[in-house]
Amino acid sequence: MPNTIAADRPSDTLPPPLRPEPESAPLRATIENFNFYYADGFHAIRNVSMPILDRQVTALIGPSGCGKSTLLRALNRMHDLYPGNRYEGRITLLPEGTNLIGREMDPVMVRLRIGMVFQKPNPFPKSIYENVAAGLRVRGISDRRVIDEAVEIALRRAAIWDETKDRLHKSAYELSGGQQQRLCIARALAPNPEILLLDEPTSALDPIATAKIEELIDEIGKETTVVIVTHNMQQASRISARTAFMYLGELIEFGETSQIFTNPRHPRTEHYITGRYG
Amino acid sequence: MPSPIPTADDLIRNGYIRRRRAIGTMMALIMFACAALSVFVTTAIVVILVEESWMFFREVPILDFLTGTMWTPVFTDAQFGVLPLLVSTLQVAFLALLIAIPMGTVMAIYLSEYASTAVRETIKPALELLEAVPTVVYGYFALIVMTPFLQKFIPGLAGINLLVPSIILGIMILPYVVSVSEDAMRAVPNGLREGAYALGMSRWQVAFRVVLPGAMSGVTAAYILGMSRAVGETMVVAIAAGQNPNLTFDPREGAATITAYIVQMSLGDLPRGTLAYSTIFSTGLLLFVITLMFNIAGFYLRKRFREVY
Repeated sequence: MPNTIAADRPSDTLPPPLRPEPESAPLRATIENFNFYYADGFHAIRNVSMPILDRQVTALIGPSGCGKSTLLRALNRMHDLYPGNRYEGRITLLPEGTNLIGREMDPVMVRLRIGMVFQKPNPFPKSIYENVAAGLRVRGISDRRVIDEAVEIALRRAAIWDETKDRLHKSAYELSGGQQQRLCIARALAPNPEILLLDEPTSALDPIATAKIEELIDEIGKETTVVIVTHNMQQASRISARTAFMYLGELIEFGETSQIFTNPRHPRTEHYITGRYG
Repeated sequence: MPSPIPTADDLIRNGYIRRRRAIGTMMALIMFACAALSVFVTTAIVVILVEESWMFFREVPILDFLTGTMWTPVFTDAQFGVLPLLVSTLQVAFLALLIAIPMGTVMAIYLSEYASTAVRETIKPALELLEAVPTVVYGYFALIVMTPFLQKFIPGLAGINLLVPSIILGIMILPYVVSVSEDAMRAVPNGLREGAYALGMSRWQVAFRVVLPGAMSGVTAAYILGMSRAVGETMVVAIAAGQNPNLTFDPREGAATITAYIVQMSLGDLPRGTLAYSTIFSTGLLLFVITLMFNIAGFYLRKRFREVY
């Protein structure tokens, strides 16, 4: 008789993590033998290797503390904001082949390429327009027409143009939580990021706002590479093309989303998606 | 059509990143220079204060200075006992706090717990206006308006006295005490208030049993920093408390404080290098040590109250 408690013990009872199979689809980035250590020495990510598909949505799932957010934040070097954190391995941005976590790589340059949206909406205390324009201005764009156009495109892509076009110069704080989050997505999209990172973007929102954001992630994923961390497995299965399941800092299984959710190969993945832990 | 939005590579190629880095380096340098300048100025002041006092304390033993009861540095038979100045200084600060602490605490509780937003937004600026009044105006107000008025009620109140400048000083530091304590009270999390109300407490019970104790270290910091300002205040006491180094515990009499003495000496034409001249620095150093102690105490209390929640 299977014992779930025993199954949580060190993996002598379970098979080792599965290596991702080679992809035939075009790639935007590859993560190779990636390890991450926090300043206090905690080894948060262990030997993770996986591809990130070009113009697809990749979902990172797993129980709290499994390292999925840590991995996401490594992709745009957010960990460099706090001293003592350490990366090992390689995260290659394609097609150029630059190593995002290379010692010579300036984290600011990484963030100019890779956009991010956080768990809680964090619009700046500025107007809606200026929020979206912020990323353009720091890239030295000052031509009013260029900014106007880029702001409109970004707001349209974030499916919030109709709600905001008549009040672009009002404070972003007048928007509802769901609208603020879509505004943050527009802000991240405006400078055309090479990859868009989403860290549980709907966990602070109600179901209706969540549905809207899922819909727009689906749209965005057709033109932009998206990596999303989510606690919500339905969300992962609805919007992503690939899913990575992580557990205790290890990548247990990576594959097509439909395969992960209907026919998981690793028993631990199966336990998680059927709700036995996490 | 190429996108008008530059990619990261475009930004490297057109030199934008290089310029941006150069500006960043320059700004960091300028900011460091500003910070370094303020540290340098402070250090220089302390060094000069200590150096000049050193000359003084070579002649006058520090124990005699701190315990002597006669302060007559310019007399032929010069005495250098700082107690008269120290006692009136501390007396003024104590009396000022006697006014500022109860009034300030009650006002802070009112503003933080009772006042509607509209009332708070009216009172706070009005209170801050008190801080904008030049201290010399307070001084003459004490001397010309308050003292004659209070002489009608307080028998034996001299025209130059310690009491009136103390009251005025209390009012002067009030805005500061109120605003720091109110910040501390408003930093008490609402969950604590809700918990207290849920126990059936009334508004004033919540204010005095939960909010005030919760904000206590911040409120104490406000008192101590207020005290340090009262000790260092100069103009009001120089004008309304007189320049006579008089060892007294009766606030109806006039007596010079440390600051008033320093003003008096700096205005006179004491020859440089004399012992009397160096008293400016030795008393200045004493004042500095006193306010520094208060400021350090206030700093630690404030830090503690920030970490509580």
